[in-house]
Amino acid sequence: MREKVATNRFALECHGLSKRFAGLEAVKNVTLQIAPGERRGIIGPNGAGKTTLFRLISGEFPVTSGTVRLFDQDVTRVPCHRRTHMGLGRTFQITNLFPTMTILDNLVVAAMGQRGMKFSMLRPLSTYRDLYQQAEQVLENVGMTERRGEIVKNLSHGEQRQIEISLALISNPKVLLLDEPTAGLSPAESTMMTEILKKLDSSMTILIIEHDMDVAFQVADRITVLHLGCLFAEGTPSEVRNNSRVQDIYFGAEERPC
Amino acid sequence: MEFWVNQTFNGLSYAALLFLLGGGFTLIFGVMKIANIAHGSFYLVGGYVGYTVSSLTGNFYLALLVACIVITLMGMVMERLFLHNLGGQDLRQMLITMGIALFLQDLCLLIWGGNPLNLSIPSYLAGSLRVGKYYLPALRIFMIISAALLFALLYWFQEKTKVGAMVRASVDNMEMSEVLGINVPLVTLGVFGLGALLAGFGGVVGSAFMGIYPGLDFELLPLAFVVVIIGGMGSLQGALVGSIIVGLVDNFGKALFPELSYFTLFAPMAIILALRPTGLFGKG
Amino acid sequence: MLERLQPRGWMMVGIAVAAIFLLVGPLTLPTYVVILLTQSLIYAIVAMSLDILIGYTGLGSLGHAAFFAIGAYTTAIFITRSHVSFTGTLFLSIIAAAGASAIIGPLALRAAGVYFLMITLAIAMCIWGLAYRWVSLTGGDNGITGILRPDLGLPWTMKDPIHFYYLVLVFFLVCFILMFLLIRSPFGKTLVGIRDSESRMRVLGYNIFLHKYLAFVIAGAFAGVSGCLYVYYNSFVSPNEANLGHCMELVLMVTIGGPGTLVGPTFGAFIVVFLKNMVSVYTKRWLMVLALVYVVTALYAPDGITGLLKRLQTRRKLT
Repeated sequence: MREKVATNRFALECHGLSKRFAGLEAVKNVTLQIAPGERRGIIGPNGAGKTTLFRLISGEFPVTSGTVRLFDQDVTRVPCHRRTHMGLGRTFQITNLFPTMTILDNLVVAAMGQRGMKFSMLRPLSTYRDLYQQAEQVLENVGMTERRGEIVKNLSHGEQRQIEISLALISNPKVLLLDEPTAGLSPAESTMMTEILKKLDSSMTILIIEHDMDVAFQVADRITVLHLGCLFAEGTPSEVRNNSRVQDIYFGAEERPC
Repeated sequence: MEFWVNQTFNGLSYAALLFLLGGGFTLIFGVMKIANIAHGSFYLVGGYVGYTVSSLTGNFYLALLVACIVITLMGMVMERLFLHNLGGQDLRQMLITMGIALFLQDLCLLIWGGNPLNLSIPSYLAGSLRVGKYYLPALRIFMIISAALLFALLYWFQEKTKVGAMVRASVDNMEMSEVLGINVPLVTLGVFGLGALLAGFGGVVGSAFMGIYPGLDFELLPLAFVVVIIGGMGSLQGALVGSIIVGLVDNFGKALFPELSYFTLFAPMAIILALRPTGLFGKG
Repeated sequence: MLERLQPRGWMMVGIAVAAIFLLVGPLTLPTYVVILLTQSLIYAIVAMSLDILIGYTGLGSLGHAAFFAIGAYTTAIFITRSHVSFTGTLFLSIIAAAGASAIIGPLALRAAGVYFLMITLAIAMCIWGLAYRWVSLTGGDNGITGILRPDLGLPWTMKDPIHFYYLVLVFFLVCFILMFLLIRSPFGKTLVGIRDSESRMRVLGYNIFLHKYLAFVIAGAFAGVSGCLYVYYNSFVSPNEANLGHCMELVLMVTIGGPGTLVGPTFGAFIVVFLKNMVSVYTKRWLMVLALVYVVTALYAPDGITGLLKRLQTRRKLT
């Protein structure tokens, strides 16, 4: 399906995004503008509201106020699954796979997400060869072809993180939200993951939350720093790296950010 | 006019009974997230035990006391033996509590037989009190007052005492409460016993009010469910409001649409589910 | 290929033996056993439909017996009042049960987890109450009696228990095949995905509510089939079909057999039906025996007999 060529050329926009949970404001008035193909790193100390922000963008949580626009379309009220059909993809910080299924089945279910045939009730799934080919292709990309029949919960953590990303990538999202892709990985695995991230399709817009600064600074074109729910700072990796106030918030200096 | 006053009064007295049943259920659910299918059994056994004590001693209040003690102990034993380690596994919990309920039901059948029994009450409760131009049965007044008092007592306990605060903390966040040094197993044990006690008390009073017979446990339990669904899980105020709503709706339903009564409970439940699925006072 | 077959080998053998037994056994067994087998097959249909919800979608529906009862009452009412044909009552029962699921579904699905368990049970009780109090329609506590076996225009009369058994067996096989296909289909796989991780499914583009709703209605439809057959089997229906005991018994059938296997709940249905009927011959305290089964299953075999078998196999594989 061809999208209209919009004059306002942001892939993802958040305006005054806020989320309140019964007395706690997890996200306060965050405004972001991400250009197509941009790699934006989202960093900030614990409790900064990064994952909550992702959940507002993906639609898992409803916003308290503010808007989210995807390719210039207001999606603030659009349900989560519809945003996926509009080109959004997401990975989870805590690995979120289908633990009882095989690797292959995980990928097949992921590939099926935006297809109409997912409502087919009488024809066996195994007869949809194109789905399986798509899954096999991804399996090849991550080098797990012979392991397709393994149950996912028996994989190592690093392997599961790879599948986690593959699930999001299989449907070729236009905007990808990566939530701490290197969470729990060893330094060697992190390096491998960083290489994978750098090689992702350059036309894909990526938001990446990371705690590992090296990864964030290597992968991102621009960095947004969140602190206590607010947008604290923004800039290129080197600007942010040299920003002493950013260093301060990580070392716990009190800082009332907004 | 008389019709409405009488029906409202009847509905409220029924609500009192439902509060005793639903209040205990919601407390147990609030802290332990267990939907206790044996909750009706607490009511049933309480009523039967009360009947026996009353028959043997002729003392209504002694019957209440003994029944409450027995049921509280029974509840605590049940929690410790069967439910303690099954947190969060809803289906398993319900199967176990179902098994216990069936066992208790059959035990009651064995001991007390299949015929309905009526608990005898002191004569001053058997008559009616004259209020204006209405004659209100004293037993119903007793039910309403005792339920209201118990609610007030429990509410004060929950909101104003240290132990109550510990219970509220455990409801909100069990893990955190444990970390903060609250003896959560003791809290759950106590709350389970308290919930059982309420149901047992209700059983004695209900036994005097409408008799007791095998199968009553399973008849009343869904009503407790509806009270808690409408009122909100884990909320004492919710149980109060929910039981009043259910008591009134059920009573007016029986009077106005006898063929649709019980089903009339479906309407308030459906409304709550459509508008506020966690119940009027529910959290989350 | 062979080592993939072997762990399932015993299961396959067991199923094959059961299939042969079901096909030819009744020709040699005493009548009362055939009657119990018939009842087991009828309950197996509704147990499998509940397994779609509990085992495959992760929806603990405790009120499923209500749709069984709706199917049963629909058949009973139409047959005693309007002399509708067998296929007519079957069709109407399916519509009624599926229709009730379609109305109740959006309300019940507003809740999740334990709330859903309780709400479905409470709704089932409302249906019980309807059957109990709407005396002019349902006969109230007395129920509806006098339903005769259907006249299908075949050379074999359905009044003969063996002939009726084979009729029910045909329905069971058809339902089993349909549900088996459903489980293997793309839609069936989405249900498992929802059971495993709703949040993941949501961001993959699945409309969770819609899938759950469809599963709920489909399960309701099969419960309607089961209810219809039950009425012809029993020639009598009462509000008890929707009471708490029956609701929980269906859950027990699914659990004791093994949720998420379809075959498991079938075995579970047989186990519970035979248990209830045979134990009451030996003791009046059969409720206590049933209670014991509930407790033991919940404590020691929550994933049922098929689960136990699987665990035995993995243990064998390791040693």
